[in-house]
Amino acid sequence: MARPRWPQLLAIHAVLIAYSALALFPVLLVIINSFKDKLLIFSAPFSLPTTQSFTLEGYKTLQSTANFPAFFLNSLIVTGGALLLILLVSSMAAFALAEYEFRLNPLTALYLSLGIMVPIRLGTVGILQLAVDLHLVNTLWILILVYTAQGIPLAVFVLTAFMRQLPKDLKDAARIDGASEYRIYWLTLPLVRPAIGSVLAISMIPIWNDLWFPLILAPGEATKTIVLGASVFLGQFVNDYNAVLAALTLAIVPAVVLYFIFSQQLIRGITSGAVK
Amino acid sequence: MNRKPFPWHIVVFLAPAVLIYTAFMIYPLVDSLWLSLNNKASSGAQVFVGLQNYGTLFSAETWSKPFWNALWNNIKFFLIHMLVQNPVGLLLAALLVTRIRGTALYRTLIFTPTILSVVIIGFIWKLILNPVWGVLNPIGINQPFLGLESTALPTLALISVWQNVGIPMMLFLAALIRIPEELMEAARVDGASAWTVFWRIQLPLIFPTVGIVAVLTFVGNFNAFDLIYATQGALAGPNFASDILGTFFFRTFFGYQLQPGDPYMGATVAGVMLLIILVGVLIYLLGWQRRLQNIQF
Repeated sequence: MARPRWPQLLAIHAVLIAYSALALFPVLLVIINSFKDKLLIFSAPFSLPTTQSFTLEGYKTLQSTANFPAFFLNSLIVTGGALLLILLVSSMAAFALAEYEFRLNPLTALYLSLGIMVPIRLGTVGILQLAVDLHLVNTLWILILVYTAQGIPLAVFVLTAFMRQLPKDLKDAARIDGASEYRIYWLTLPLVRPAIGSVLAISMIPIWNDLWFPLILAPGEATKTIVLGASVFLGQFVNDYNAVLAALTLAIVPAVVLYFIFSQQLIRGITSGAVK
Repeated sequence: MNRKPFPWHIVVFLAPAVLIYTAFMIYPLVDSLWLSLNNKASSGAQVFVGLQNYGTLFSAETWSKPFWNALWNNIKFFLIHMLVQNPVGLLLAALLVTRIRGTALYRTLIFTPTILSVVIIGFIWKLILNPVWGVLNPIGINQPFLGLESTALPTLALISVWQNVGIPMMLFLAALIRIPEELMEAARVDGASAWTVFWRIQLPLIFPTVGIVAVLTFVGNFNAFDLIYATQGALAGPNFASDILGTFFFRTFFGYQLQPGDPYMGATVAGVMLLIILVGVLIYLLGWQRRLQNIQF
């Protein structure tokens, strides 16, 4: 596009800088103040911590009252497990839908895509009953299975669209060489790597950040995820600003660091996946 | 075509996804809809009651008042998103597509709140808006906005807008980038201003994305819960001023204070939410998309 002239350029930068500041200021405010003396949190919220006001008091409260490393591990297991399952079963289904012509193909594709628009939360009453019947309440398994079911529709949709674009010749050549259909599926996976990236990007954030299902299906101390653990902790320590700010910082920093490292892939994944 | 053996491999490929999806999504949804047509008899056994639960929800004083309140609040919540989040997202995308220096950095920074947990976001804003901390007092924001009946809901909606504006921004940006440069160049050669180019060329060409953004916002909003629960609690205070369907569903199903939870009425509320969302999606599919096709042909 033709580059705008400089007064316009200045105006555009000004708006974008202002909005970026609005997006970041609350996050920075929390991180800065989590390292400060209680007095200074209130009297000078915008000052940076100095050697005199620096304190780790909040982090100590955190360490002695809540089991955050365990919550973090639970979140990691649930998110990792669900993403693996989503990728495995969705890529298999997408391969079948893209590769073979059979009578039930359009119907199966339609059936699987219902869940793109219908939120799985609306089935919560049924899910809880099912979890009780299967003795899966307060296990990480039920979360993994529910998130997998939640992720399948969009993953199948995106992966099928990509797999349709793969050239037939490659697969036919492999067939002539005597490769089984399962082997051919396995060989196509590396070819749809960008789509797999998209699926990971789209599925990961809602699973990691979810509060609803951990609250309902696995609220036990041993199975709390980091979001549920943080929400309970924050509720109990409302008035201890040091502890609350420390907990928020611990929840924010790893996510933001990971995000800054992978932001280009993530953003590309979200946009290409959503536009497909 | 030759007669082939039964294609077992197709079944093997499809079975895991179809089974997990059916067992943990479709079956519970159907089961929940079925439960909404039942209730508990005085003996404790489950009896089929038809649409009676829906009648109770819509008209019995104790149910209908909180229900219509939550629905109306949810509509306001959605309208604020449509009027603020999506136009701001479009504006930011239109600025980013000019490809000035630093686009990637701006995009990353503005998207940051979107990746954070709603619980964390809710709590951060609860702290910031707390007059006790008084961070915003210098710029005149010194009311407990989340604690006043008149401002709690709009404030929560704006917090949600602040967090989610990155999504429409990205979708609009992806659509704007695809517009062929020659189209806009041609208009500019003819003397069109950036303003005219935006309204006459860019906006009409990204109309399909406007529809997608609207329907995603609709589904997301009518199924929202986390933000309100994290900042205001299950009672969606003050005095239910910030109650939306998601929090109402949660309270109905699990109970609160003295009222015990009720799976049948909970399933009924979920049934109504499902209906609302389906109507929204159908309007989008039949209205918006079909009209777009008519324009194309």
